[in-house]
Amino acid sequence: MVTGLAIRDAVVRYGPTVAVDGVSLDVAPGEVVALLGASGSGKSSLLRAVAGLEPLAAGTVSWDGVDLTAVPVHRRGFAMMFQDGQLFPHLCVAANVGYALAGRERADRDRRVGELLELVGLAGYGPRPVTALSGGQAQRVALARSLAASPRLLMLDEPLSALDTGLREHLLGVLDATLQATGTPALYVTHDQDEAFAIADRVAVLAGGRLLQVDDPATLWRHPVDAEVAGFLGYRLTLDAAQAASLGWQGIPSGVVAVGPEGLVADPGGTEVPVLGIQPRRGGTEFSVTIPGGGIGRVRTRELLTHADRRTRLAVRLDPAGCVVLPTGSALDRAHGDVVTPESYDVRANPVAG
Amino acid sequence: MWVLAAALPVAFLAVFFAWPVSALVVRGFVEDGVFTLDGIREVLAAPRTWRIVGQTLGQAVAGTVMAVLLGVPGAHLLYRRRFPGRRLLRAVVSIPFVLPTVVVGVAFQSLLATHGPLGFLGLEESFAAIIAALVFFNYSVVVRTVGALWSRLDPRAEDAARTLGAGRVRVLATVTLPALAPAIASAAALVFLFCASAFGVVLVLGGASYGTIETEIWYQTTQLLDLQAAAALSILQLVVVSATLIVAGATRARQERALRLSGNPSDAPLSRADTASAVLTAVVVLGLLVTPMASLVWRSFQTATGVGLGNYLALSGTGGQLTVSVWQSLANSLATAAVATAIAVFLGLLLSYVLSRRPVSAQGRRRLRTLDAVFMLPLGVSAVTVGFGFLITLNRPPFDLRSSWALIPIAQAMVALPLVVRTLLPTLRAIDPRLHEAAATLGAGPGRIVRTIDLPFALRGLGLALGFAFATSLGEFGATSFLARPDRPTLPVVIFRLIGRPGAENFGMAMAASVVLAVLTATVMGLAEWIGPKEVNPW
Repeated sequence: MVTGLAIRDAVVRYGPTVAVDGVSLDVAPGEVVALLGASGSGKSSLLRAVAGLEPLAAGTVSWDGVDLTAVPVHRRGFAMMFQDGQLFPHLCVAANVGYALAGRERADRDRRVGELLELVGLAGYGPRPVTALSGGQAQRVALARSLAASPRLLMLDEPLSALDTGLREHLLGVLDATLQATGTPALYVTHDQDEAFAIADRVAVLAGGRLLQVDDPATLWRHPVDAEVAGFLGYRLTLDAAQAASLGWQGIPSGVVAVGPEGLVADPGGTEVPVLGIQPRRGGTEFSVTIPGGGIGRVRTRELLTHADRRTRLAVRLDPAGCVVLPTGSALDRAHGDVVTPESYDVRANPVAG
Repeated sequence: MWVLAAALPVAFLAVFFAWPVSALVVRGFVEDGVFTLDGIREVLAAPRTWRIVGQTLGQAVAGTVMAVLLGVPGAHLLYRRRFPGRRLLRAVVSIPFVLPTVVVGVAFQSLLATHGPLGFLGLEESFAAIIAALVFFNYSVVVRTVGALWSRLDPRAEDAARTLGAGRVRVLATVTLPALAPAIASAAALVFLFCASAFGVVLVLGGASYGTIETEIWYQTTQLLDLQAAAALSILQLVVVSATLIVAGATRARQERALRLSGNPSDAPLSRADTASAVLTAVVVLGLLVTPMASLVWRSFQTATGVGLGNYLALSGTGGQLTVSVWQSLANSLATAAVATAIAVFLGLLLSYVLSRRPVSAQGRRRLRTLDAVFMLPLGVSAVTVGFGFLITLNRPPFDLRSSWALIPIAQAMVALPLVVRTLLPTLRAIDPRLHEAAATLGAGPGRIVRTIDLPFALRGLGLALGFAFATSLGEFGATSFLARPDRPTLPVVIFRLIGRPGAENFGMAMAASVVLAVLTATVMGLAEWIGPKEVNPW
């Protein structure tokens, strides 16, 4: 029965701290699932538990229906790619890539190493010492090394975090192409929303050790289950129905509006609001504006302004295509957003009322 | 697997260290099969004991203060400044540490004796001579320990202080020295330990007027045959050493934490601001390190009939009074040291592997720290105590080794083991635990991880460990002087016998033999450092 990875009610504890709190998640054959969360959300702990590097305090990890709890790391057939490569410094590139191929015939191994180096764009690098590689090259070798023995599952722990922006974009392409080409199922841990959306078939959002939502990128973006997920994805402002109406979006039946990065647009025919500040950006300007009824919104325009320019008012309206409607009672977490609704605020202020 | 790897060294330590030493302690409390404090009381009541204790502590404090005062500027010059010949200078500085104590004693004696080049100073058998010899040994401990940290201090912290308006002196006092404090404290504790347990140099240079607890134990045992007094003194020495080790352990832990924060080695070319430290270091290296050895070499070529090889030619004989020829004793030394090295390095590898683990549980970490501390004990629990302890315990079943040749290599291995562990451990601890994890996720089992990850790393430190073990065993005098059988003496023992006899010929032979031993040890160490990784500091 080929069902791939199944995580059921996984709990990981470090002493009294609960890092992963009852997570269930599947990775189907050939599927790439991203574990997306801020630092401390438990995503790396979950990955290490799947690898067998951390013991599960409760729950199970199984592959094709076979429980792996008692299977040691090296017999799971799951390869891990680390944030900083963790190449073996005393071995050359080829020996690193061939590490998992011990026991194969030499010619066979050499051929496989050559194929993999070619796959990651480093053909001919085999004899080099790994200490002479740049950061991007080292990560490509690490990728080749983890794919060498055709693992049942590839685990990637923030594989691009240590690289700078340009290189990250490029390597993301390499990773995506390689995972597609080999058809290897993967669990991809990242704190970067764009990275997760770019590479994953499904994205799992974690916070505080709990799994908040798992969906394909489009569904996740269009239908975040609650304000916390919405806030983490980049919906930075919530508005109630009256506020939404004042910004030109009438007739929201119920719930609140979460405004995405492009949900508030400048429109000469819109509502005039006070400008708090302007910030020049590449190819445009970002305005911070005060929303009637409370909250701060951000609007991008194509105007090229400088810090010396002064604006006091800007006409804006909501663009429903850049917003989502969340069930009533939702509010953005204070850490992410700008607004806390009166209801939730009251509950916090008066525990008795709850 | 860890438990298995730890069991062998632990058993070795139990049989060849804990048992002899504790038997010694018991001996101090038991008379005619009855527990008594009389022996201890008697020793503690004797004014001579307190004079000896005072001298031990006094020379240890003075030696430590001098070594630190001279060593810190030396560390700055050798590890923070770039100049031609720096590698050579570092090598010259590091040699004295491994020179046999007897050789150094003879070298200083040749320099300071009334008829020697510096005889006019009247320093023969003086406190100053002993201090000079102790600083000679321990200068490199300070330079290397402090230098290793200093070379990795991020210079930008000093730059930041400068841009905030601090002058050079203020930067030194408020930024640099506080950052170096753990290394200085750690070095000072070790130097104190070595000074407090100094035996060979004090025995040779102190004459009748100066002694330490160590030499007193030797004197009570071999000259007065008062084993109970010797046992009581050993207990006293154990107290001093354990206290120092506790301080040393605490500072070492702090230093390892501090080192983790630091970046890559950085240095700058010499500038005029370095004049003071450059001059001081030149004076120390030339005056204190090079002169005694040069004097030894020079005087070893002086014979009754002028300059010549006479003293060296005499080494093939027995000098009329030795039981074997000097060359024969060298052969004994080499054979013994080879066996001792094999034992120490084998056990050291096992032990370093266990000590480099990172247990998840707090209890496991505590156990590991204890194990670490326990295996440092032989470093300070004086060689004399070990030798004496062997003498009174390993002379009956189940370990009747009294007449066995194996006794000396075992004692020497015990003394060398801490050095081996301190050399191997940093390279093993430097392995990122995620390398093990990466290997495991690539399908490597525990055995393959040890073989393909840990072992290659350990091998990088192995050359240096072999060198330390061999050089220490070759020059070991404290324990060996108790255990060497009259018909199979080692070279250091023969040198000591030679200087104990009157006559210029005997002293000439002692000097020639010392040169041979010094050249041999220095060569072994030089080779080891050359093969080994750069700048592994056993401390």
